[in-house]
Amino acid sequence: MTITETEPKFIPVQTRSERFKSSDVTDFPAVTGREVEWRYTPAAPINDLVDNGLNGAHYEYTLTDVDGVSARWIAMHDDLVARAGLPEDRASAAAWSGTQEALLLTLDGELDREVVLTRDGLGAEARAAHTVVRAMPNTVATLILRNSGQAKLAENIEFIVEDGARLTVVTVQEWDDDALHIATHFAQVQRDATLKHISVTLGGRLVRLNPSIHLAGAGAGTELFGAYFSDSGQHIEHQVYVFHDAPHQRSRVTYKGALQGKSAHTVWIGDVLIGQNAVGTDSYEQNRNLVLTEGAQADSVPNLEIEIGDIVGAGHASATGRFDDEQLFYLQSRGITEDEARRLVVRGFLVEIVQQIRSPELEEHLQAAIEAELATTADGGAR
Amino acid sequence: MSTLAIRDLHVTVETDQGTKEILRGVDLTIKTGEIHAIMGPNGSGKSTLAYTIAGHPKYTVTQGTIELDGEDVLSLTVDERARRGLFLAMQYPVEIPGVTNTNFLRTAKTAIDGESPSIRSWTKDVKTAMSNLKMDSSFASRNVNEGFSGGEKKRNEILQLELLKPKFAVLDETDSGLDIDALKIVSEGVNRAHDNTNLGVLLITHYTRILRYIKPDFVHVFVAGRVAEEGGPELAEQLEEEGYVRFVSEGEADTDAVLTDDETASVG
Repeated sequence: MTITETEPKFIPVQTRSERFKSSDVTDFPAVTGREVEWRYTPAAPINDLVDNGLNGAHYEYTLTDVDGVSARWIAMHDDLVARAGLPEDRASAAAWSGTQEALLLTLDGELDREVVLTRDGLGAEARAAHTVVRAMPNTVATLILRNSGQAKLAENIEFIVEDGARLTVVTVQEWDDDALHIATHFAQVQRDATLKHISVTLGGRLVRLNPSIHLAGAGAGTELFGAYFSDSGQHIEHQVYVFHDAPHQRSRVTYKGALQGKSAHTVWIGDVLIGQNAVGTDSYEQNRNLVLTEGAQADSVPNLEIEIGDIVGAGHASATGRFDDEQLFYLQSRGITEDEARRLVVRGFLVEIVQQIRSPELEEHLQAAIEAELATTADGGAR
Repeated sequence: MSTLAIRDLHVTVETDQGTKEILRGVDLTIKTGEIHAIMGPNGSGKSTLAYTIAGHPKYTVTQGTIELDGEDVLSLTVDERARRGLFLAMQYPVEIPGVTNTNFLRTAKTAIDGESPSIRSWTKDVKTAMSNLKMDSSFASRNVNEGFSGGEKKRNEILQLELLKPKFAVLDETDSGLDIDALKIVSEGVNRAHDNTNLGVLLITHYTRILRYIKPDFVHVFVAGRVAEEGGPELAEQLEEEGYVRFVSEGEADTDAVLTDDETASVG
């Protein structure tokens, strides 16, 4: 499936809306690392995930049993596939081309419990996956995606949020240290529907998770949150895209990351496009990074494109702060130990995001996991 | 009754020009409830003394001792010193991203006391202390010192002083940059801490102005890294009239030791 652009694909794309799209991996040139969408990503580890020939068989998962939830595999040519978007980079296209069938998760009604989809046995083989999550009209549901264990995964997840639905998606990446994960989350949010999307990434050698939200219906809204902790040698990347495409929409993007250890690297690129139809848009995106030690790097690039004058507001902010020796001295001079000082700072920094999950059990687990990240890095002598 | 005793203290700091000796044999003894003013010209080493007592890693003690009730303070980490009852009110309090004042204060109190304060009385204590220092309640939920004005940062230091209840407090130029109203508020806070907990105070200042509000029992004049003259409150009055000229001309023989105040105090 290909959408032909008026521009030839080798000319650098100036605006996000004109970026080349295709589900066929062969439509994309080989990744050189110079492309706008790959320039911050280390090329070597991802080689296997941007080519044809990924294992696209059904993936293993467990799903909690909640009334109003059903799951089945559907063909990639099913009408429900590609509703929420098409790949804009080669890894996403490789995943698309490589997948045999997509897992369709249908959420219907006001669900009384969280739906938890767990993937813990993907293994070390390079593989592709496609998942479609469909929230039926006026559904109210929370879906938690728990990712752990081994992985070498390129995947696409589509969220179709139908009229009036309120969907919360929490995606948690606690992969093994050597895992590779490149994911694009496409969402189509219809009339008066809202999507709250929270991404928490702690584990994995390289995790690149790109939420691409199409606010299609009038009055639709989205809130996107991200919390990530990158330690030595770990690359965590988010390219967030929000497309306002109808009147009276609201979007908020807040991503916060902590970095600790040599060559810890995070990338955040936030694109917001307020299209010609999006009268009355209210939009704000921000990224904050906290660098805990020398040698870590946080790249942060907010972009805002506005094609219409009549909006409520649009803004963006990006800031990277350092936790340095003077801050440590200050906290210690008040009796707080060095370890406690680091915990205090990182917890305080990320808690704002974690609290958005509104699942006490998961929040508690993630707080503990964040503290474990701090301890692991400290013990590893990376400082 | 506690005693903080500083004996023959020599301290060096690394600069671009090499190792500089800033303190050259400081002797000073402070007892519970006493207020000592340390005065001196810029670059005399006043701030170095403050940060050395607190244990800032920038300063190296090459000779001498600091003891708190006979215990060797120099062998303790920064946080251990604080837990023994030493407090430094900084000239340039540091901003801590991501940590609210409330969270910070409770964590510090828990660390100092070895147990969490009871929620009800702690909340009340914080509220009262903030109101005494005329701090808006919004400071509780703001990140530590982030976006605070100079005067607000100083009040926040005194707030910590009142809540953490140390045995000895070193106030490093707490008066600098304060307008007269803020100076009064801050001074009242120090006096409250002194009266309520019998705090021993080492008040470091360049100016005599703050001594109108905080009455010292002893005054030490610091020149070129050592105590050049000591006396009672009358010495401060004398300095107010005469300035440091007499001492500075004496100290000029040691030009090496006279760094600018910025250099000695720049730990930021």
